[in-house]
Order: sequence, then C-alpha cells, then structure tokens
Amino acid sequence: MSIQRQAHDGLAELAVPPLPRHLVRQGRRDWTLIMLLVPALGFLAVFFAYPMADILMRSFDGDQGFTLEHYGRFFERTIYVRVLLITFEISGSVTVLTLIIAYPLAFVLATVSRRTAAILMAMVLIPFFTSILVRTYAWIVILGPEGLFNQVLGGLGFDPVQLLYNRPSVLIGMTYTLLPYMVLTLYSVMRGIDAQLVRAAYSLGASDWNVFRRILLPHTMPGIIGGSLLVFILAVGYYITPRLMGGDRDQMMATIIEYQVDLLLNWNFASALAAILLTITLVGFGLYAWLVGLRTLFESRT
Amino acid sequence: MARTSIEEIAAPPTTPAPPRPAGGGAAIRLSDLWKTYGDTIAVAGCDLSIAAGEFCTLLGPSGSGKTTTLMMMAGFAQPDRGEIFVDERPITKLPPQKRDLGVVFQNYALFPLMTVFENVAFPLQMRHSTRAEVRERVARVLEIVELTGLEARYPGQLSGGQQQRVALARAIVFEPRVLLMDEPLGALDKKLRSALQLEIKHLQQRLNVTVVYVTHDQEEALTMSDQIVVMRDGKIEQAGTPEQVYDEPWTVFVANFVGESNLLEGTITEIDEHEVVIEHPAGRLFRALRRGDARNGDQVRAAVHLERLALTNGEVPTDGNSWPGRVREVTFLGDAVKYAVVVGETRPSLAQTLVVKENRRDAAQRFTAGDTVTVTWAPEYTKILASESSG
Repeated sequence: MSIQRQAHDGLAELAVPPLPRHLVRQGRRDWTLIMLLVPALGFLAVFFAYPMADILMRSFDGDQGFTLEHYGRFFERTIYVRVLLITFEISGSVTVLTLIIAYPLAFVLATVSRRTAAILMAMVLIPFFTSILVRTYAWIVILGPEGLFNQVLGGLGFDPVQLLYNRPSVLIGMTYTLLPYMVLTLYSVMRGIDAQLVRAAYSLGASDWNVFRRILLPHTMPGIIGGSLLVFILAVGYYITPRLMGGDRDQMMATIIEYQVDLLLNWNFASALAAILLTITLVGFGLYAWLVGLRTLFESRT
Repeated sequence: MARTSIEEIAAPPTTPAPPRPAGGGAAIRLSDLWKTYGDTIAVAGCDLSIAAGEFCTLLGPSGSGKTTTLMMMAGFAQPDRGEIFVDERPITKLPPQKRDLGVVFQNYALFPLMTVFENVAFPLQMRHSTRAEVRERVARVLEIVELTGLEARYPGQLSGGQQQRVALARAIVFEPRVLLMDEPLGALDKKLRSALQLEIKHLQQRLNVTVVYVTHDQEEALTMSDQIVVMRDGKIEQAGTPEQVYDEPWTVFVANFVGESNLLEGTITEIDEHEVVIEHPAGRLFRALRRGDARNGDQVRAAVHLERLALTNGEVPTDGNSWPGRVREVTFLGDAVKYAVVVGETRPSLAQTLVVKENRRDAAQRFTAGDTVTVTWAPEYTKILASESSG
C-alpha cells in the first residue's frame, strides 16, 4: 500500500497550481474537477480498466470455473520458465548496456554549454519520435548479411558477421530504442547537481577518479537506479524488436503471448502469461517508487 | 574608527593552538592577468602583490572581476594571459587539485550526502592520511571552529552559520598556505556576519595563513583586511591598507565605494606647501590637501567623507573651509543623523548639496529642514582625486 501512496504523492506534486477562485466557484470545485476528468477516465475505463480486468479474470478461468491451471502450466513446462529467464537476461543486459552508454553521454550533456547540449539532446531524441517499426527495419538493413555493416567489414578485408536473428542483434536494437529513457533520467539528475560541489572536491585535492567515486556517483545514484528500473520495466514487455531481430532463442514473454493468442487461440493461458508479465512490471514500478519516487519519471529539472 | 572599536571588543583567543603550516602563509603575485568571456572582458591586466600571511580583500561591485580573479587563483578559470605566482612559483598550468589552496565557496558547497566529519575528513583522505591522523586532525579543527559534537550531522541539519564553519574547517584542515574565500558570509544575516568576520580574522592570524577574500561589502573589507584591492570593470582601481583606501581615495569610484563622500568640483587658483585653494563654480573658495601633480588652473574634483563635515549655526571657525546653506532633508540613522544641506543657492544652477553625517551625542536632533546653517570641514580631509580619463 505504501507503493500506492507514494505513487499518489508523486503524482500530486505534478499538479499545476489551482485555478483562480473566480474561475472555479467555491463549493462546486470538486464537482468541476471530476467533470473535467470524465473524458480521460471514461476512455481509460472502457479501453484499459475493462480489458485489464477481463484478462485477469480469464487467466483464472477454467472449464469448471475458477482455476490456477494456467499458472500451473506456466511453471510446469520448462520452456515457459526458460522464456521468462531469457526475458530477464535480455532486459538485464539491455539495462546494463544503456547505462554504460548513457552515463558518459548524460554527463557530457549536463556539462557542455546550453547550445551544444540542445544539439546533442536533439540527436538523442529525434530518432525517438520515429516509429519503432521503422527504426527496427532500419537496423535490419544495416546489420543484414548484405547490409552497411558487413559491406564496410568486407571492404576492410574481414569476413561478414552474422548480426541478425541472434542475441547481439536483439541487444543492439533494444539498447538503441531504450537509450533515450536512460539518458533523460540520468541527465535530469546530473543537471540537478551543484557544479560547486565538483569544484570544491577538486579544490580539496580530489583526483578525477575520486570526484567521480565520492561526488558524482553518490549524487547520480537516484538516476542510475531510476533509469535502470525504467529501462528494465520497458524491456521486459518488448515485442517488436526481439520478434523482428531475434532468433528462436531470443524470443521474450510478449512473443509467446502473441503466439498463444494468434496461433493457438489459447486465450486463458495467454491471459495468465500477460498477468505474470504485468506482475513483474508492477514489482519493478514498486521498486522504482520505493527507491526514487515516481516523481522523477515525469520531472525534468532545468 | 571601525577597526579600533573591533580590536577593543575582540576577546583574546582561548582555543588550543591550531595546526600551523610549517612555512606559514605563502606570498602571491599576479602579473598582467587577463580573462575574457566571449566579448566581455572580466579581468583586464591585473598586477598585484600579496605578502605572506596577509589578509587581502578584493572589493568591488558585481561584475568588477573580483570573483573571476579568485577563480583564476583557485584554478577554475584559466587566464588568457598573465601568470599567478605562489611564493614566486608559477601555478597557472597546475590543475586545481594540485594547487594546495583552501577554497571557501559562496554557498559553502558542502557535500550534502556526507556528514560534517566526512566533509572535513575529505581533503585529508584525498591526501592519504591514516585513519588515526584523520580522526585527530578533524577533531582538532572542529574544536577550533567550535563545532565539536556535530560530527554526525549532515549539512542540511545545520544552520547557515554552522555550515559556514564546516566549510571553513574543511578548507583549513589540510593546512593550506593560502585560503581563498568567495563572499563566504554573503548568505548570513548582519549580526552573524560581524561575529564570523572577527572569527575568520582571528583564525587567519593564528594560522598565519594568507587569505584572499572576495566581498562587495566595504565595511567587511575595512574590518578584516591588511590590504584592500578595490576593483572595477576588471581593473584594480586602488590597492592599499584600509586606512589608505578610506582616507586617501584616488578616484571618484573609490571615494564613493569605500565609505560615502561629498564631491566638490573646481579650479585650482593657488598652491602652497601643503594645501591648494580651489574655486567652486558657484564662486566659493575652499582649501584641499595638496597633491604632487596639482597645477594652477587645473580642473579638479575633491572628496570629503560625510562624517568629516560638521554643521553649525553659530560661530564659524576661520581656519577651515565653510559654506553657508539651508538644510533640505534630515535622515535619521539611529546612531547618527544625515543632513542634506543645499549650499551656493545664490546661483541656483550651480548650487550643490552637501551631505553631513553627524554622530548623535545627545538625544536632541540639532537641526530640521529649512534651518539656515553653515557647513564646515577641514582642508586636510579634502582629498583631490585623480582626473579620470575613462569611465
């Protein structure tokens, strides 16, 4: 429950200041606010809450009413547990990779002049506005046997490398698409660090390494935790990239859900899989809220 | 005035002998130092010598280049031209962490995730001191700044004054020979400021460390310094002891920035051994202290501090300067009263206002607006200023 409360607190802090009194007549204020929320709440109720409840119900639905057989099946069959482990493995690898790439990048963004930062930020964000499908296909073109990467490699006299439909290609594609989340989270935390602290550390005799270890690292820890959880949560539910760029052994939870729905029409088992994925995601969010607070998800300090 | 009264108040140091750097403070020399940011010239050719163990204050309004000069000493800004010497050793090529200078920042820059102990221990750990040594030296320095018992607190749990002391302790614990301070008391209220001014001054004397102190507060500069360097537009306007800068301002800027002055214009009509006679455009003659380069017929400006003027409605002494006028405004200051007196009203276009600051010796206010009075002042306190070619 503390997770919920924290999530609520975090969102409450986002609220814009109340409207002037004369716009919202005293006493009718709560009612007006509720009315303003009706379109959004209505939409979510019909297209999110209802299907979600339906999925959860189906996952417990058997021939004789309530059953746990779908969940039982998941944990009995090693194939499904293995897919879950692969999902964790890929998501974990992607999280580490984005962190390694994003940390120095975010540091540069937070350090350079405002103009340079804006240009670099645009370079990070513009691909973000393109459809994920387009970007994934672009990677397939680049990494394919006749693609740009292998042509360059061949031109340099090396043998072509298999970079499609295997683990490296999934990691490349997912790291690429999830990088902005990590960069933005780290950047917002780094921008909040007082530059005087770094100067003070240097003036007190600290080496570059010690400035990083004693000052930067502890102060960016909320960003590291937050960014990592965010990327992990998003990665766990990934579908398109592993589906298009991965081999048979790189398929994640979302793929087998799709398989159950599309080909086997086993809606109940698919629902159980979805519920398991949802639980993992919620646990991730819970950790996020507990460790950093949901506020940082939406907040960007300038 | 301020200095003598402070020395009277100052209690003798009671804290134990502080860590004393082996060689005492270091001498600093700036040679033709320049720094530009884009089109703005922040520091324009500063030459300055600071003696070992001296308390030197860089005084000036914001944008005068004082903080940039300090940051170049600390190594956070690289001069475009010129060199900084510490004991005649050039340091501009050294990174900040190799300069071994203590720096106290404007907003303290305490590490918020570290306790008081960890903050103060930081520079010692960076110098690979042993654990026992760190404990002992941190304890000793916290005793000096009177923070014993607060070791486990975090900066956020301390008052502004306490944070200031931690910053000070952290900057002196590794016994640097030079301490650079950037408006360290700027964020504190007036009472606390005066108390900490004295503490910092005492500490500097006991540690025998060279201090370069940046402030825009002339009172603070006068209270603490051995040398005051008045800066304006990136240049050094005047450098000297507090008495010199206050009593013998060279320029209009210094006369008005350090203390408050009345400015009198006129033409030199007579020169004798010690004094000159100046004729004000309104026709009044007054005498001023002679300057070496004064010549007959020169257009000059002279400055007289407000408190050097006096008001009388009785007999006017014949040996000094005097000018009759009318009180226009009276401002009550608590310990003193300021009178704005209009003089030379016979020719209104040339009339001038002289401001007189009179200490209140008795409860009664002596004059009110509209009173006819005579302003008197001594020629020796009337200083001719250098003619300003620029600005």
